[in-house]
Amino acid sequence: MSGRKIGVYVCHCGGNISDYVDVEKVVEELRSDPDVVVARTAMFTCSDATQQEIIEDIKEQNLDGIVVASCSPKLHTFTFRGVAKRGGLSPYQYTQVNVREQCSWTHTDDHAGATAKATRLVKAGVGRTRLTVPLEPIVVETVPKAVVIGGGVAGLRAALGLAEIGIAVFLVEREPRLGGWVAGFGEMYPHGKNGSELVGGLVQQVRQNPGITVFTNAEVTGKSGSFGNYRVDIRVDRETGETVSVEAGSIVVSTGFDVYSVAQEEFGYGLEGVVTLPEFKCLVDSNDGVLEYNGRPIKNIVYIYCVGSRQDPDVVESARRYCSRYCCTAAVHASLQVAAKPGRVHQYHLHRDVRTYGKYEKLYDESLNKGSVYLKVPDHEPPSVKRDPETGRLLVTTRDLLAEGDEVEILADMVVLVTGMVPRANEELTRALKLPVGKSGFFNEIHPKLRPVETVVDGVYICGTCQQPMNSAEAVSSGLAAVTQSASILKKGFAELDPLVAVVDTGACTWCGLCDEACPYGAPQQVHPNGKSVALIDKTACKGCGGCVPVCPTKAIDLEGYTDAQIRAMIDGMLSTPSAANVPEVAEVAGVTS
Amino acid sequence: MTSAEGLSPKILVFSTHNISDPGIDLAGSSHLHYSPTVMVISLPCTSGIRPDWIVYAIEKGFDGVFIASDGEECAYLPDCAEHSAKIMSDAQVMLQERGHEPRRVKMAAVCSVCAEPFVNYMAEFSKALIELGPSGGASAKERAA
Repeated sequence: MSGRKIGVYVCHCGGNISDYVDVEKVVEELRSDPDVVVARTAMFTCSDATQQEIIEDIKEQNLDGIVVASCSPKLHTFTFRGVAKRGGLSPYQYTQVNVREQCSWTHTDDHAGATAKATRLVKAGVGRTRLTVPLEPIVVETVPKAVVIGGGVAGLRAALGLAEIGIAVFLVEREPRLGGWVAGFGEMYPHGKNGSELVGGLVQQVRQNPGITVFTNAEVTGKSGSFGNYRVDIRVDRETGETVSVEAGSIVVSTGFDVYSVAQEEFGYGLEGVVTLPEFKCLVDSNDGVLEYNGRPIKNIVYIYCVGSRQDPDVVESARRYCSRYCCTAAVHASLQVAAKPGRVHQYHLHRDVRTYGKYEKLYDESLNKGSVYLKVPDHEPPSVKRDPETGRLLVTTRDLLAEGDEVEILADMVVLVTGMVPRANEELTRALKLPVGKSGFFNEIHPKLRPVETVVDGVYICGTCQQPMNSAEAVSSGLAAVTQSASILKKGFAELDPLVAVVDTGACTWCGLCDEACPYGAPQQVHPNGKSVALIDKTACKGCGGCVPVCPTKAIDLEGYTDAQIRAMIDGMLSTPSAANVPEVAEVAGVTS
Repeated sequence: MTSAEGLSPKILVFSTHNISDPGIDLAGSSHLHYSPTVMVISLPCTSGIRPDWIVYAIEKGFDGVFIASDGEECAYLPDCAEHSAKIMSDAQVMLQERGHEPRRVKMAAVCSVCAEPFVNYMAEFSKALIELGPSGGASAKERAA
């Protein structure tokens, strides 16, 4: 008995849990814990009525910790942290136990086993809660200014979005002009707008907006300060190295992509008439009449898909294994532009799969109707492109899997290599912002669906194609998502950080520096209180990953919320034995369990 | 109904909040089945697991510990896979020193949509643990002494 007063609430979830887990038995079992002063079930713990009951329990029973056993913590952690707070508790004296996704729903075939497991999981949650301390969020003031890095379509839209809600913006572009890739495009999918006109309008608005300061030929070289009030160094003159520093509460990174660089002879690249998709797009956009190349009309075009994408690591060194997503639709769209030109052009698409996802399927249908021919080629047998000695034209040889794998030869005037996107070389920026990079080389968000523009570096957001291949409409959407996230911390003047960060027992610490080596964020700092060198964690720099915990040879570091004692208590709870009344009927198998 | 309780090895899984735990959640949302003797502790990052937690879990009664790592997708640490692999190998050394079978700890990358792979990992690991027999609880060396 620790003297704690803990409330335990087990949710029926309207049957989602209680159809498989005997929630009353779970509660009954928990009542035997002397620290559990309230234990009850609820049809929906997330309902307003139950939330209010929990708040009343906290106040009337003087609870100093609560455990809610319901759905995944991804859904309601913040709901119940709010309940704890409204009841007068620290939000971090609450533990969410997942007895739905990780119990009832996955053990629908074993009610007794699910009930025993739920009991153990709740006991583990009580064990963790028993050791909680009343932490409060770390509150930091934020300055209403943002730096947007990259002046392509996503960065321009983000800069305008921020300025429109009253946030001062410093827009930093590495190139001499704003606009990025889209500034060089003619007609684009999905909206049919002209890329250069679209971007031209955005650039004009940016230039006219008094809230936006534009730096071209400039690069971000450093970031100091802490979340809420970063100081960002911008090199504004490459020759002299002149640098200016600005304050920023948030940083939006929209540095864009590069096009896959095709090697000489890769799919015949280097032969006259073999071009990449961006080169072909320029040709199509610049030809108003009959499509011509080097003065000759084009009659036959072969598109080879997935060039530089979905590469086989057994064949290509440093293979780019990801799908670039936009290129199927871009190639199909370009072929429709060609079909709309005067004269008959035969178009053959050699693909591995046509990934014209969502509404872009309509473009694919339209291209079929306009006469495009699609051949599915083997994944591990790329088409070959040679100069045909007899006709002097390009000879493409492949196999069509949809025609029983028969070999097909096509004489072409032009071969278009449908190239994908590759991450830009941004080493200096990556280092300056301490941005995480994924295995594909693009910047990494916290979660692609749940937190798609946030990075683990607080106040630093990513958007557009620096994050992953996407089309211009998706890039603009993500730019606006970064605006919303920035606004959420900059408009109210302060932000709250989780206090679940590393803490050092200075009595045990002997400063060996291993924690500092393990932390890419520079959170552990060497300090000298009373003449002894020890580590001190900068709470606003610490991301709460715990990477420093296992490297400490004196076990001096703990991660709040996941302390050594709490993890051991959870393990103990998971191995607890249910009381006799609640033990499921089992057939013990010798040699299986301890 | 016969419960899997008592029939299957007890497995402790360390997952991560952002990547592998959503994958394990998805297994439940998809109503895929694994044994109820599999239990999960979710952490921010598998680089924060102390090897002695793994030893503690085995000695207290878990038959195996599975680290559901983020692989190369960790949002915190670019070298998370290396850190986590070292934690696992350190734990294996500690287990061996204390007379336990190092194969009781296993690691694999589980992504946020890896529902089926996770269930398959649990089936394979359970099978391997059944072949190893019970963990035996406290240090085998201590028991021998």
